[in-house]
Amino acid sequence: MTPSAAHSSPRSFSLRRSNRTRTFWLGAVFLLLAVLGAASVSIGSRSVDWVDVLGAMRGHIDGIGQAAVAVRIPRTVLAALAGSALGLAGAVMQGVTRNPLADPGILGVNMGASLAVAVGVAWFGMTSAQAYIWTAILGAGCAAVFVYTVGSLGRGGATPLKLALAGTATSMAFWSMMVAVILPRNDIAGGIRSWQIGGVGGATFDQTVPVLPFIAFGAALSFISARKLNSLALGDELAAGLGERVAAARAVAALGAVFLCGAATAVCGPIAFVGLVVPHLCRQLAGVDHRWLLPFSAVAGASLLLAADIVGRVVARPAELEVGIVTAFIGAPFFIWIVRRQRVREL
Amino acid sequence: MTIVQSTFDAVVANRRRRKVKRAAMLATLAAIVIALFALTLSLGQSYTPPHQVIGVLLGEDIPGAAFTVGQLRLPRALLCVLAGLCFGLGGVAFQVMLRNPLASPDIIGISFGASAAAVFAIVILSLDGPAVSLIAVFSGLGVALTVYGLASRNGVAGARLILVGIAVSAMLESFVAYVLSQAPAWSLQEAMRWLTGSVNGARIDLVAPLLLALVIFGGLLLARGRDLEALRLGDEMAAGLGVSFERTRMTIMVAAVGLIACATAITGPISFVAFLSGPIAARLFGNGGSLLIPAALVGAVLVLAADYCGQFLLPSRFPVGVVTGALGAPYLLFLIIRANRNGGSL
Repeated sequence: MTPSAAHSSPRSFSLRRSNRTRTFWLGAVFLLLAVLGAASVSIGSRSVDWVDVLGAMRGHIDGIGQAAVAVRIPRTVLAALAGSALGLAGAVMQGVTRNPLADPGILGVNMGASLAVAVGVAWFGMTSAQAYIWTAILGAGCAAVFVYTVGSLGRGGATPLKLALAGTATSMAFWSMMVAVILPRNDIAGGIRSWQIGGVGGATFDQTVPVLPFIAFGAALSFISARKLNSLALGDELAAGLGERVAAARAVAALGAVFLCGAATAVCGPIAFVGLVVPHLCRQLAGVDHRWLLPFSAVAGASLLLAADIVGRVVARPAELEVGIVTAFIGAPFFIWIVRRQRVREL
Repeated sequence: MTIVQSTFDAVVANRRRRKVKRAAMLATLAAIVIALFALTLSLGQSYTPPHQVIGVLLGEDIPGAAFTVGQLRLPRALLCVLAGLCFGLGGVAFQVMLRNPLASPDIIGISFGASAAAVFAIVILSLDGPAVSLIAVFSGLGVALTVYGLASRNGVAGARLILVGIAVSAMLESFVAYVLSQAPAWSLQEAMRWLTGSVNGARIDLVAPLLLALVIFGGLLLARGRDLEALRLGDEMAAGLGVSFERTRMTIMVAAVGLIACATAITGPISFVAFLSGPIAARLFGNGGSLLIPAALVGAVLVLAADYCGQFLLPSRFPVGVVTGALGAPYLLFLIIRANRNGGSL
């Protein structure tokens, strides 16, 4: 970047970070994740001391404390996994759409996955985890294509406002369809209800393991696209000038995001705002380079969802607050903050 | 001179023709409301002949019919009409005042504000009756002012208002979900009422407070109808016409929020009725006259028809909000697509 170019875009200049700073912060975020993971197994409606936590880690289930920890371990793993998938998906989506408001929840992608799962369960009697995940990914993909098409009609392409509106409207439409699909089925309504708010409670390893390959595949596609996302950030013409096949690059990255969202939604239900908050925070630490931003977002997403889950367990003791509710309370003010910061014509 | 005269005559004739046409349209809408009302009263799971319905309405005690019509169908039909009128009026007032069809109370978070307050008052504070409505009105107002305040930075831009409203709605919706999960006996039907709106469980004693709210707030709104029309032309224009727009805007906001919140406290936020009524009325009546009364009637038609469909015409029973939601969300998408195509800003 020439000095004059750097001068003309002070924001991106201020977000350049040296590799040493980045490594330091990445280490810090990893440390945070570790601390939160430890807190997540020991804090809850019953606090457990370290002796029991370590005992349970070694597989003992003696006494209530160790049993509680044994239940919390899969939950913690799932929260971390889903959080990293959503954080990563959010970062990719913000890169692909060049839109600061992009988030799997706001753009309706998670709702698409939910609707697909609800239809699959209610009409086709789906039960296996594999079927859940594939349906969710299919739904997420359709929703993403639909919302992007609607949002990019007309002058100016996909502006943040148009995309956010199209996403919200699509979410609402999917939500009413989903209600219409589940309401007549009392037998499945209870199960779907808790899933539909978005939660990680009651997770088991049997539920979690099947999504691993899907999340790994999505993450791999995303990381491969990191350099291309950097080119896309310069604008379509410049990216094409740099020899990038713009449409293909977008499609690959978006496919990665869809796999991540679909897999996360299939186990946890639609969790909004994680994918919005995380990349914005990470940009402050890692700068705008996607090769750093994406891993940062994955780790920070895991931390955020773990933290939200812990908060949900602590504030409503002895009951629990689903993590989707907590993230809405963290994320919505953040969304408003971004909207206020933007100038109107950029919306 | 004769040319001027004939032009003048033509304008007068044109104006009269439009007036007649408008009156005819209003009469038709009112007739549809009455017809749907009568249908709801007489034909449900069983058929009650008209003379029995009239008998019950006049206070006769006809075995069987007195219960089905008097206890079940009449409160339900009345609530549908009143809620529809309230949502239609309140919604169109916001849309006209902010000059944006998307700025309806159910999109910018006001309905969910009222719903969250109502469900909190009922489930956690164990209140009922007028107290719930009062709390709903005040928190609806609070949400309206908050959204407006958060959206204003160098003036309120429509886009920012809507985005802030979307975020606030998301938060409030989570809050409703949380409060419902704390409720001792959780039932999907009850949850549906506070998330999408439902008139199941209508009782005759709920009708009077809603009617009172409609008379007070609706009257206030209609009294300000002329100023609202002036606001439609833009703030400067309105000021030029002698409308003090700050005070007018405040009055209209209080009245509209009052309508929405009182209806929401009883039926829940019936999805998209407030959003749909205005644009449908504008489509039917053109942009000539005031849209307040047409939109109110359209709202009543929507709620009555959707509730009847949800009860009897679909393969299983749905609360009214699910039906209006399934209708409204695609229309919202259509509106967005059309606006994007035309390249205009929303």
